[in-house]
Amino acid sequence: MKKVVVNEAKCKGCGVCVNFCPKSALAMADRINSKGYHPAELANEAACISCGICGRVCPDAVIEVFKP
Amino acid sequence: MKQVYSVPKSLRPVSTHYCPGCTHGIIHKLVAETIDELGVRDRAIGVASVGCSVFSYDYFDCDFQQAAHGRAPAVATGIRRTVPDAVVFTYQGDGDLASIGTAEIVHAAMRSENITVVFVNNAIYGMTGGQMAPTTMVGQRTTTSPEGRIKGLAGEPIRVSEMLATIPGATYVARVSTTSPAHIAKAKRAIKKAFEVQLAGGGFSLVECLSTCPTNWGMSPVEAMEWVDKNMIPYYPLGEFRTPEGGQTNG
Amino acid sequence: MAGRKLFKGNEAVAEAAVRAGCRYFFGYPITPQNEIPEYMSRRLPEVGGAFVQAESEVAAINMVYGAAGTGARVMTSSSSPGISLKQEGISYIAGADLPCLIVNMVRGGPGLGGIAPAQSDYFQATRGGGHGDYHLIVYAPASVQEMVDLTLGAYDVAERYRMPVMILGDGVLGQMMEPVSFPDQMAPDRPAPEWATRGARDGRTPRLINSIYLKPEELYKHNLDMAERFEKASANEVRYEEVLADDAELLLVAYGTTSRVCRAAIEKLRERGIKAGLFRPITVSPFPYDALSKRAKSAKAVLTVEMSMGQLVDDVKIAVAGAAPVHFFGTTGGVIPKASDIAEYAAGIVGEEVR
Repeated sequence: MKKVVVNEAKCKGCGVCVNFCPKSALAMADRINSKGYHPAELANEAACISCGICGRVCPDAVIEVFKP
Repeated sequence: MKQVYSVPKSLRPVSTHYCPGCTHGIIHKLVAETIDELGVRDRAIGVASVGCSVFSYDYFDCDFQQAAHGRAPAVATGIRRTVPDAVVFTYQGDGDLASIGTAEIVHAAMRSENITVVFVNNAIYGMTGGQMAPTTMVGQRTTTSPEGRIKGLAGEPIRVSEMLATIPGATYVARVSTTSPAHIAKAKRAIKKAFEVQLAGGGFSLVECLSTCPTNWGMSPVEAMEWVDKNMIPYYPLGEFRTPEGGQTNG
Repeated sequence: MAGRKLFKGNEAVAEAAVRAGCRYFFGYPITPQNEIPEYMSRRLPEVGGAFVQAESEVAAINMVYGAAGTGARVMTSSSSPGISLKQEGISYIAGADLPCLIVNMVRGGPGLGGIAPAQSDYFQATRGGGHGDYHLIVYAPASVQEMVDLTLGAYDVAERYRMPVMILGDGVLGQMMEPVSFPDQMAPDRPAPEWATRGARDGRTPRLINSIYLKPEELYKHNLDMAERFEKASANEVRYEEVLADDAELLLVAYGTTSRVCRAAIEKLRERGIKAGLFRPITVSPFPYDALSKRAKSAKAVLTVEMSMGQLVDDVKIAVAGAAPVHFFGTTGGVIPKASDIAEYAAGIVGEEVR
């Protein structure tokens, strides 16, 4: 399981999580979801420190964060 | 793997109608987390307002009433008086609370109704398409202030928290922002405190949440957050304006 | 029933509401109904209820919305200008299918008008009053005892059809004292209705009190449902009284205070050998169209008497539907018609139409 799990179908691609990620581990995916948005994804799992910020700032409650 | 952030249970697993990056969603989560943590979902009764948050009843997984524009504090009063052990909260925008609903919010505070008001200030009428609100900044362009809000014509924006803090019955009044992880953490603490005041029977509590409207402001979600920090926070200082202990922590 | 006691109309309607189970009152002062909130502010705490003096009529009716949405028996009262302010909330209450009790002690209008009794809010009361397609169930009592009796049953009716009930009185009915009797027992406690929002306890699904339906088909369906309930109320709840109507050649139609004056006018007319009778709607919404229609067929002329410039007369014309000529005698602005003036006017009609 990834440290950051994004419910891609519900993501509106606002980019707030990407902006506030302190380790630049998140990015907007190239693919498009059924709503027509580029969902956020954990692009660099190794960089992620499971701080939870992306989950807390996500306006659409689509991110859950896990720590190994 | 240990879960370090999970979606609050008092929020329904549905997609909201809010625009991408709208901070209503963040505030919804903070309220839902608070309801979860206090374990009051089964006795929570929310009152939805008119404006973008009109459908908040679809997102919170608890009983709800939908109020007329500005009247949520009056509706909440009716609920409060009839269900003594309910946890009653309103969720209102700035057009709703700071314009058409000024009488209702002032007098709910005066009576120190034991309710919690979540007040979302994004300086615009969002749902109706971006008209000037009483909270619109001087110079801010909206569809009804095409040249920017003109002080000499429309006055200067109303500071609701400061106004309500002059009312003896307003037990807890705080202004928070939703524009950074640190601001969001503080916002959560304020919202939880407001609900705790109600649970302790302390009377009226209100948290004003500075919020964004990327769509009607014509900005990206992140630009909109920066705009709040740069333009709104200097005019709408953050902090606690009234606390049950009597303290103030402005700025 | 206990013995009869002298009660002022405003206090009687308040006590009747309490006996009917009302425990919550939200109001705002306005003449000539102030005895109602004053009485409730003393009375409701005695029975474990709550009284709130709101900041405005608008706030008061929205408090009623909130309280009614929890399934409580709740009431507000006002007089004409205040009832205008309440129309926003009344429309929402009707739209959200909530039962409640609203009392209007009508005074002269429009605008600030006067404080003397009038019947000029008939259109407002019987045609909905606020925006949208809805009706209230409106009772128009003619005595303090009748106001008590109608109020005693008002919540049952409001809950059966899930719509607000209005008591349409006026300054006379509110201010006059008459001997009345109340039932000894309070209405029994009842369980909260299955739609009430009191917290989603014991794992039940959350509920919503709401009047918004953005899909036209859904709003249409909601309106049809409301109309169907009002149809049922029209079939079951219509009330009226007839006085010397069987052989009446001249049928007077009047409600409330005016109907009392008409009784005296009928006596005067009968003394003069004119076969006059009275048809008195007790529910003005739903209106007793069928009963009046039937009665009008045996009359040679119909005379509507009201304290307004011609509002009830519209419903009378709908009911009579051309079966007899419909005449109108009205006073307004707080002026109560005199029995002798009504009789005189009626005698004039008789000269033209009846003989």
